Amino acid sequence: MKIALFIPCLSEHLYPISALSMVRVLRHLGHEVEYVEDQTCCGQPAFNSGYRKEIIPIAERFIELFRDKEIVVAPSGSCTAMVRIFYHELDIRPDLKADLDALSGRMFEFSEFLVDIAGVDRIDGRFKHSVTYHDSCHLLRELGVREQPRKLIRGLKDIEFREMEKPDTCCGFGGTFSVKLIEMSLAMVERKCRYIVESGAEYVVGADSSCLMNIAGYLKKHKQPTRVMHIADLLATSLGLTD
Amino acid sequence: MELTPLKTKKYIHKALLDPQLKAAVDKATQTSLSKRQDKVDRIPYWEDLRLKANAIKREVIENLDTYLTQFEQQARANGVHVHWAQDGEQARNIILDLARKRDVKSIVKSKSLTTEEIHLNDFLIENGIETLETDLGEYIVQLMGQIPSHLTAPALHLTRVEIGKLFQEKLGIPYSEDPDELLAVARRTLRDKFLNADMGISGVNFAIASAGSVCVIENEANARLTVGLPKIHVAVMGLEKVLPDLNALPYFLRLLPASATGQMASVYVNLIAGPSRAKYGEGPEEMHVVLLDNGRSKILADPQLRETLFCIRCGACLNVCPIYQQVGGHAYGWVYMGPIGATLIPQYLGEKEGHISPFLSSLCGACHEICPVRINLPHHLLKLRNRVVETGNSPWFWVLGIRAWAFLAKRPGLYRFATWFPGKMQQLLPRETAFPAPGYTRKRALARFDRLGFRKRFMAEDKVKG
Repeated sequence: MKIALFIPCLSEHLYPISALSMVRVLRHLGHEVEYVEDQTCCGQPAFNSGYRKEIIPIAERFIELFRDKEIVVAPSGSCTAMVRIFYHELDIRPDLKADLDALSGRMFEFSEFLVDIAGVDRIDGRFKHSVTYHDSCHLLRELGVREQPRKLIRGLKDIEFREMEKPDTCCGFGGTFSVKLIEMSLAMVERKCRYIVESGAEYVVGADSSCLMNIAGYLKKHKQPTRVMHIADLLATSLGLTD
Repeated sequence: MELTPLKTKKYIHKALLDPQLKAAVDKATQTSLSKRQDKVDRIPYWEDLRLKANAIKREVIENLDTYLTQFEQQARANGVHVHWAQDGEQARNIILDLARKRDVKSIVKSKSLTTEEIHLNDFLIENGIETLETDLGEYIVQLMGQIPSHLTAPALHLTRVEIGKLFQEKLGIPYSEDPDELLAVARRTLRDKFLNADMGISGVNFAIASAGSVCVIENEANARLTVGLPKIHVAVMGLEKVLPDLNALPYFLRLLPASATGQMASVYVNLIAGPSRAKYGEGPEEMHVVLLDNGRSKILADPQLRETLFCIRCGACLNVCPIYQQVGGHAYGWVYMGPIGATLIPQYLGEKEGHISPFLSSLCGACHEICPVRINLPHHLLKLRNRVVETGNSPWFWVLGIRAWAFLAKRPGLYRFATWFPGKMQQLLPRETAFPAPGYTRKRALARFDRLGFRKRFMAEDKVKG
């Protein structure tokens, strides 16, 4: 398939290696990958802060930029949900409504794309470690993606999958939430990380860099041994596609 | 204890530093959730029930005038006095007038959030009428001089030790923390009050339009005594509580107790269709229903947000909310708390007083997932955040920041520069400097910006391949 990439802000600036891993896995599976020039942000931080008017032009720009693409894939559930679900709550130009409807049916989060669209049953890779999986909220509850990433993880050779307690508990990041209610956000990530560490897994894998940044920040500061990994990095590593 | 949602951040910080509160809330919410899950797992048609309940509520709320008129007519035909109250003040005065006319000296109450909403107890007590809560949790909270911290478990934030001390101090009994013993004391005290009360005030879980009856569900039989023993029964209900007919009721009788307390059914389901009739010879001589608006018709005006009126006050969204779990209900600063409270506060009290409440959420959506009537709480919170902004109640530095960001996000070249810049700054600044939220890194290491960024790395990779 010909895939257009949407690279969210955090992936562009903080975690480009994970996005690159996604590119390599997609190419390894025989897909053609294209980066759409001039893409910026989907507008989620402003939308979640209540600023709708301000992001209408940004949403319209996004739709115009991606409307002709066959498939759009992003290494993030929350940015995908922003377009697929929340753009529909904006008063965008009427002539773009049909384009948005169509785009909503063609844009996917990475693991969702692999399992549901590309029909991948298992990735032929090997990873000799124990892994637990963190459900990111928007991927799980807005897009309904629960089993797809688990299927991909479990399918790897030599891997040991350990479900943590309450894997669908929010990590407490929530974008601007983490700076608006800092103490609450810290209390939440503290609890999430307790579940992660108690799982005994060597790695915690997730599909959203934002949650992973939050979790990794806490684990690092508290010198916990659990390592944090984006699912794209896990799959790329298992296939020997990383540098 | 006067609470306000304006101080909600202060309450949160205080609550987070209270390990006893945290332990009590955590234990209570986790127990409720696992009991609920156990029941839900035994009901294979649970999702169908939720869909049906949502459809019934939608039908009622979208035709509320029709159903309320029908309810009023039927209730009057049953001999019930029906009163309409536009706000809390009107409702309080209707009840006080009635009490004065009938020379009421003492009132027993069963659990009702609607009466909490209009601060009825304090008002009646200030006017010289003894008013006593008879639900055990409500009784404890009233003795404590507090408001409930949970929709269905009012004293959830208190430990046994605290309740033991409270009873020792207020009721003059020897200290005990044995729940059975404390319960026996409360029961003895309340039994007398029931027998001597002149008026009973209850809430309403559901009102049946076609029958003109009200339904009150409970576990302790205190509501049954409240509505049955005194000569006058006053039921206070929010306008949204009406259901079309008795056929609609069973869905809710299954959904509500399972969601609220993890019960397959409530212990008592009271259906009250008017005062005592000659052939039965028991029950109150007079029955009144106070239909309270208090901002509900304003909520009704918004086609999206009116879904928040579907709420049946089960409290499941509180139990599952990762924020409620940390701090309990008082932190929200009003009688409705948790995710549903966060949507109701700005709608009832206005965006100014409620400007923080819709932000008390990480938008994780667990509340929507658990809601027995499928209220899309995270989406409504987002819409209410927008209202806070549109009504000018967002802090100026956020407004400026977001506008500047939006200006850049439309201009890819500038955006690339503006987002490249903090990375460069970060390389120059000391490793642990977080800007603009220093607290963020108190327990979290800051992520590092990448030297190149994805776009450049991708182009480099493409070149190698080509």
